[in-house]
Amino acid sequence: MTAIALPDAEKLLAALTAQMRPHVSAQTGLIGIVTGGAWLAERLHSSLKLKVPFGTLDVSFYRDDFEGKGLKHKVMPSEIPFEVEGRDLILIDDVLYTGRTIRAAMNELFDYGRPASIRLAALVDRGGRELPIAAQFVGTTLDASPQYSIDLERDERGRLQLVLQPKK
Amino acid sequence: MFLNSNPQLNKNGELHHLLSIEGLPVEILRQILDTAQSFVGVTQREVKKVPLLRGKAIFNLFFEPSTRTRTTFEIAAKRLSADVINLAINISSQSKGESVLDTVANLAAMQADMFIVRHGQSGAPYLIARHVGEDIHVINAGDGRHAHPTQGLLDMFTIRHYKQDFTRLRVAIVGDILHSRVARSQIHALTTLGVPELRVIGPKTLLPSNVDNLGVHVYHDMAKGLKDVDVVMMLRLQNERMQGSFLPSPQEFFKFYGLTADKLALARPDAIVLHPGPMNRGVEIDSDVADGSQSVILPQVTFGIAIRMAVMSILAGN
Repeated sequence: MTAIALPDAEKLLAALTAQMRPHVSAQTGLIGIVTGGAWLAERLHSSLKLKVPFGTLDVSFYRDDFEGKGLKHKVMPSEIPFEVEGRDLILIDDVLYTGRTIRAAMNELFDYGRPASIRLAALVDRGGRELPIAAQFVGTTLDASPQYSIDLERDERGRLQLVLQPKK
Repeated sequence: MFLNSNPQLNKNGELHHLLSIEGLPVEILRQILDTAQSFVGVTQREVKKVPLLRGKAIFNLFFEPSTRTRTTFEIAAKRLSADVINLAINISSQSKGESVLDTVANLAAMQADMFIVRHGQSGAPYLIARHVGEDIHVINAGDGRHAHPTQGLLDMFTIRHYKQDFTRLRVAIVGDILHSRVARSQIHALTTLGVPELRVIGPKTLLPSNVDNLGVHVYHDMAKGLKDVDVVMMLRLQNERMQGSFLPSPQEFFKFYGLTADKLALARPDAIVLHPGPMNRGVEIDSDVADGSQSVILPQVTFGIAIRMAVMSILAGN
């Protein structure tokens, strides 16, 4: 396939922040899915000036491909430093694709309590959904061949960048 | 070639059974410790369960009595959403004359996915691992005097929790090394993780004759052995494994090798004290120390659940 030019992640994040701003309150809880979503949650939390600390989620223990893949990657502890019960939450992920990660994340969240609502924010929506899941806040939509993965990277100065690479 | 010679690893060099810490690469030990760290968070939540091993059948096969180990394996399996079946073999078919392998073959025919094996004979879990189908995983929960890998791993997790870096530590293992499968697992784990100074302290009659070969410093005197250590790992005096006269009396043992506040004062002021349980208070450890501020004996039990969750989920995924 021909290479597609990926948009600037910093600009997408600015657009995403502007979209979300009217829809968050002081009590909204942000939860980033590691690792890309957690970086985004950290940035969004600071620019939206939210009071509640942000949480991070590693969905490895809830994935539906454990049977085939096992626990190969290093699992990071999930940390949700606020009460989930009754709270409006926004899940943050870098790239929304099949929707399976979001399914796993929602299952995990309900083991912390019953949230009042969950919305979804993604920097990139690349289509290809295999589950009935949609994002309320989206930085941009991209069309990429299934042979490629779109990943978010962060350099040592904290700048975010999207990269397209062949799937391993 | 080296990888294939270790019966615990599959052809990709991943952990398939956990039988002993001996011969395991440091990356696998770290993977287990890191994964356990994530499970500690799970056990502090409202719902202390993850769906990882849903639908798996895990058999606790205990040919030798145990409360703590069997219970923590059971809790760990349940927190992974597996189905757990506990078998105390001494009161089932074994007493009617069925062989270990027949018992295991029958359980495998009941669609078992994993066996947790405790046996009085060293090597019994190896025998079982060799004879089960390749989709079944075996975890050694203590075999004879040989190994008790999950205990060794939970001790490593506890040490890392309080002391972070293994490569700066002075560690002493105290007591009945000769009969202790726990000590063997601890020595292999501590050495693999890079502890620079490992000491064993005990009377000559309770130290294996070849203990120097394991790369440890041998002490017979607590005052010398405990000097400036960061970690004191006590062992249980194993009365049930002693035939003949290894010791004059438990009182005599306590006088020379029992851990008291006075003896512990020779270690570093921030030294931690571990014990695998069950404790013989007043034999290998004084109550003041066991219940004191430097004791991490109860956290060991809690961490043991997270370690066993980590081992089971890593095995099941490989």
